Amino acid sequence: MATGSERSPPPFPDSEDQDALDSEEVRARDSDEDDGEELFLSATNTPMAKKENTSAPASHSVDLMSDPLIEPLSSQTENKSPSELFEDLTNDINITAEGASTAENPFGEASDDFVDILGSKAPAQREEVDVTVEATADKGEVSGGATELFGDGKTRSAVQEPTSTAPVMDLSDNLSASALQLPPGSAKIPDPLVDLLGDSPAASDALKPSRAVTDLFDDEGSDIFTGPLPSKSAKQPQRSLFGEANEDLFGEPLGAVSKKATSKEQKEKPVTAGAAAVGGLPSGGNPAEPGDIFSEEAVSALPNTRNTRAVNSRTNGVHSEEDSDIFGEATVELSLDSPRNERRKEAMTKPASASTSVSASLAKPQSAALEELEEEEELEDKVDIFVSVKDPEKIGDGMNAYMAYKVSTQTTLPMFRNKTFTVRRRFSDFLGLYEKLSEKHGPNGLIVPPPPEKSLLGMTKMKVGKEDSSSADFLERRRGALERYLQRVVNHPMLIQDPDVREFLEKEELPRAVSTQALSGAGFLKMLNKATDAVSKMTIKMNESDVWFEEKLQEVESADQQFRKLHALVESLVIHRKELSLSTASFAKSAAMLGSAEDNTALSRALSQLAEVEDKIEQLHQDQAANDTFSFAELIADFIRLLGAVRGTFDQRMKAWQRWQDAQTILQKKREMEAKLLWANKPDKLQLAKDEITEWEAKVTQYERDFERVSATVRKEVVRFEKEKTKNFKRQIIGYLESLLQSQQQLIKYWEAFLPEAKAIA
Amino acid sequence: MMQEEANEATSVLSVYGHTIKVTEVLQDGDTLTFIIVSQKLSGTGEYHVDRTYEDFEWLQQHLYAQEDVPGLQGVIFPPLPVRPQVNASAKVMKQLGFLGLGEWQPYCKALETFLRQVAAHSILRKNKTVEVFLTSTDPPGRQKLRRNIFNRLSQAVEGLWKEGHKDVDEFFHTERDHNLVLTGHTRTAAEKFLDVVLTEQKIAVACGHFAAALHICVENGEDPEKKAFSRVCVKLSEVFDSIKKNMTSIAVNDMNTLGLALDLDSRYLEAEKEMLFRRTCKLVELENARKNAERAKPVKKNAMEEVKKAAEGEFEQICKVAKQEIVQLNQERVEMLQKNLIQWCEQQLQTAKEGADAYNQHLQAFIAMA
Repeated sequence: MATGSERSPPPFPDSEDQDALDSEEVRARDSDEDDGEELFLSATNTPMAKKENTSAPASHSVDLMSDPLIEPLSSQTENKSPSELFEDLTNDINITAEGASTAENPFGEASDDFVDILGSKAPAQREEVDVTVEATADKGEVSGGATELFGDGKTRSAVQEPTSTAPVMDLSDNLSASALQLPPGSAKIPDPLVDLLGDSPAASDALKPSRAVTDLFDDEGSDIFTGPLPSKSAKQPQRSLFGEANEDLFGEPLGAVSKKATSKEQKEKPVTAGAAAVGGLPSGGNPAEPGDIFSEEAVSALPNTRNTRAVNSRTNGVHSEEDSDIFGEATVELSLDSPRNERRKEAMTKPASASTSVSASLAKPQSAALEELEEEEELEDKVDIFVSVKDPEKIGDGMNAYMAYKVSTQTTLPMFRNKTFTVRRRFSDFLGLYEKLSEKHGPNGLIVPPPPEKSLLGMTKMKVGKEDSSSADFLERRRGALERYLQRVVNHPMLIQDPDVREFLEKEELPRAVSTQALSGAGFLKMLNKATDAVSKMTIKMNESDVWFEEKLQEVESADQQFRKLHALVESLVIHRKELSLSTASFAKSAAMLGSAEDNTALSRALSQLAEVEDKIEQLHQDQAANDTFSFAELIADFIRLLGAVRGTFDQRMKAWQRWQDAQTILQKKREMEAKLLWANKPDKLQLAKDEITEWEAKVTQYERDFERVSATVRKEVVRFEKEKTKNFKRQIIGYLESLLQSQQQLIKYWEAFLPEAKAIA
Repeated sequence: MMQEEANEATSVLSVYGHTIKVTEVLQDGDTLTFIIVSQKLSGTGEYHVDRTYEDFEWLQQHLYAQEDVPGLQGVIFPPLPVRPQVNASAKVMKQLGFLGLGEWQPYCKALETFLRQVAAHSILRKNKTVEVFLTSTDPPGRQKLRRNIFNRLSQAVEGLWKEGHKDVDEFFHTERDHNLVLTGHTRTAAEKFLDVVLTEQKIAVACGHFAAALHICVENGEDPEKKAFSRVCVKLSEVFDSIKKNMTSIAVNDMNTLGLALDLDSRYLEAEKEMLFRRTCKLVELENARKNAERAKPVKKNAMEEVKKAAEGEFEQICKVAKQEIVQLNQERVEMLQKNLIQWCEQQLQTAKEGADAYNQHLQAFIAMA
């Protein structure tokens, strides 16, 4: 990550490391919060206490108080005014959207822009906005500041520093100035920011709002806004800004980022990080940018601004110590991009647009998902690998006996050391491979081909050593099913990449697979049924927005029914074929008896010939039964299993959706709580509420992104599955017809040979 | 009761025996009515009569009960199929065998064969009831039948001790043993072959179901992948329709040729057995008469001698007729079996070739698709 490298001050390792696990982040957050509280206690009394809820504000105050960097004068003054403002601001900060909305009220122009932006966004956001608007409206003057506050740093700064942003420059003076003045400016700023963020996908829109902002503030600022935002093509800088800022400022955003980063590959990381950053932006983005702004401003701006920066940075620090780093980093990046305030303004605008950021984030993840898909498409070349499963062999005696199969691979893929290699695998190894694969790839929406289920009867027969035609039939069926299963796995463009697959094919000794017991026979079916039940239950709850999935699920359900019916029909056909071969055999026998009892020698001979013909035909029927079995019954059984796997992916998608919805519900509750607190005028709890909102906003974004990604994968997998289905059937039918034709030609030969015998009777 | 016709055509039928056909079967409730068509000797006209199974039984009883025909009991009567039953039980179906298949077409075929055999029989065709049966517009046999001397039940009981009776004539003794073996084997073969045909029919039905079920998988839609799979399903459905057709005609071939042949052979062997049994009964009767004549007191001696002589004459007649009948039967059996085996083989060959053609076309179509 460019951001990582750019980070000059690494005081906060956790936040910086995107790879850091969620847990670490969480811890970091916790610690931060604790610190914040302590600080509050030790530091300012009243404001701190009130701000207890909001750790960030508390930290700000603490930082301000404690930090020597901060100019005492400015900080104090700021603190005082901020303290009051803080309450309002804190709320606003957490809910950037709210802030934006609030901004609308104070400023007509900005409000319009916001409205548009908001309109484009989810209705839920609007509601939130309204709530915030009300809150802000009460505060009136402050509200404007509050809007600015979106970023915690901003909001607080709003009073202090609406200054932090481009306005910060101007506002720096304003800090002392009445809140009213500042808020308007700040409010305007956020609006443009919002627009910009929302526009980030669409640069043109961004330009307009930004200009409005610029009018309010500076023309330059507007330019800057427009420039950087549309220029998102420079994803890295933005990401870094967002990501770092977010991370530092808010533990959650960071967490999200880190999660994504870790989960995805390097290429994906930047994208995801960007997405995460976007998600974080609402909360994190603001502070980071403010930080940058601050720093820059600090350089050029008045001491007050510096204070504000410090405050911001501290606030960031409150959230996570890294914030300060972030700020530094952010500043660095900003400086890299352009040392001008304008960029900073842009940054500011971004945070302000927090609400917009949500929408932007949504767009980003989608695009990211698309990119991933494209990458996959590229990977999906002709897979040059063929796997065969042969020579089932019973190893051991009694109940400890098991079947081992020879797994031979032929490939020219460079990922394998040799072109051909053979390993010995027992049945449970196959199941173990499936478990590993489905655990790893199932949640991502991949259709992991299922192996044949364990068969208690077949195994017992095998163990007892009873060898009859049915156990031979069982072994052959299973061998074929295992082969097709492996072939499907290695033909999957994603699964072939899995190290476990390679290990399974290549490695001489495989660690014994455990707990495959759950997959045996009835248990396996039960599991599948349970999964499908869960899906059907969830579908009732899930208000499917995507018609494609709704239709597909129904298609899969009905295909499952159809295939089950087909399977039953083919099985009964096979039974009849076997019956025919048996009855043909017994007719052949009685024809032979009749021939031997016949006096007329010619007739006797003809009847004996007839018996021989019937014997041969019996063999043909037997082969045909096997042909029916292996061409259709087993193929259809495979697809019934695969349809189960397909339904499993729908299930996974549903789970992702559920998680997203749950997170949204929680977020909604948090916001309601915040509104209540706002009304009850409890600033101490307000900050905590805001933090939680920020946290959940990030989660919602993350989960939504997950959902989009799983949806895209499932969609692609289903399409691939259907393609494979058609291909498989065609291939199988051709083979079937070939053998059918062959047996028919054989039959013709038999009859042609018999005809002269019949004619010779006389 | 049949004076008019009897006067005109005394001993010869007024129709061509080989043109007799059972063309149709009408079902009214539980009653089956068969339409019998035969060409008149006199001109171009045809006789169309409708007969029930009771009418056939009536005919058979009259053939059995002829009184002025010497050696009648040496005749191997053409076997009448067992009574057909609508919605027959499994047991009756088993008795019917091949004749229970289809929509009574095999049964009609068997009745037709029965009538032709009767009309072709040098002794039986002379009976006036045959002419009546074939030409009278009034149904002849609807009145209550009287019990016949050839009641099967009584035969079975008496047969228990007479069947093992040592024959005086080596020819008949051998024939009786041979008939016993052959009857068993033929019946078994017919039963087994019936199993084969039934299974073939089941396969045809199963293929039909599968083909129909494949049509359920066909989905309408613009999605090219869906279209492709639907096309595969439709084509596969056609394949299985072909398999069904193939299997159906195999079953029909089996039924109409070898199946009916085995069934007829089996019933004829039964008829021969019955004849042999009747002859054995006569033999026992003759032996008893001889014994009685030897032991008889002078007073009765003459009477006993008369009886013995009559029995001897009768037995000789029977043996004469029976020998001819047996030779005739064996010849006809072989001819009949040969004809049917050839037909069967040719038809199966034809069906197999058609099947191969159809499968090949399907195969090419799929290769073109893939």
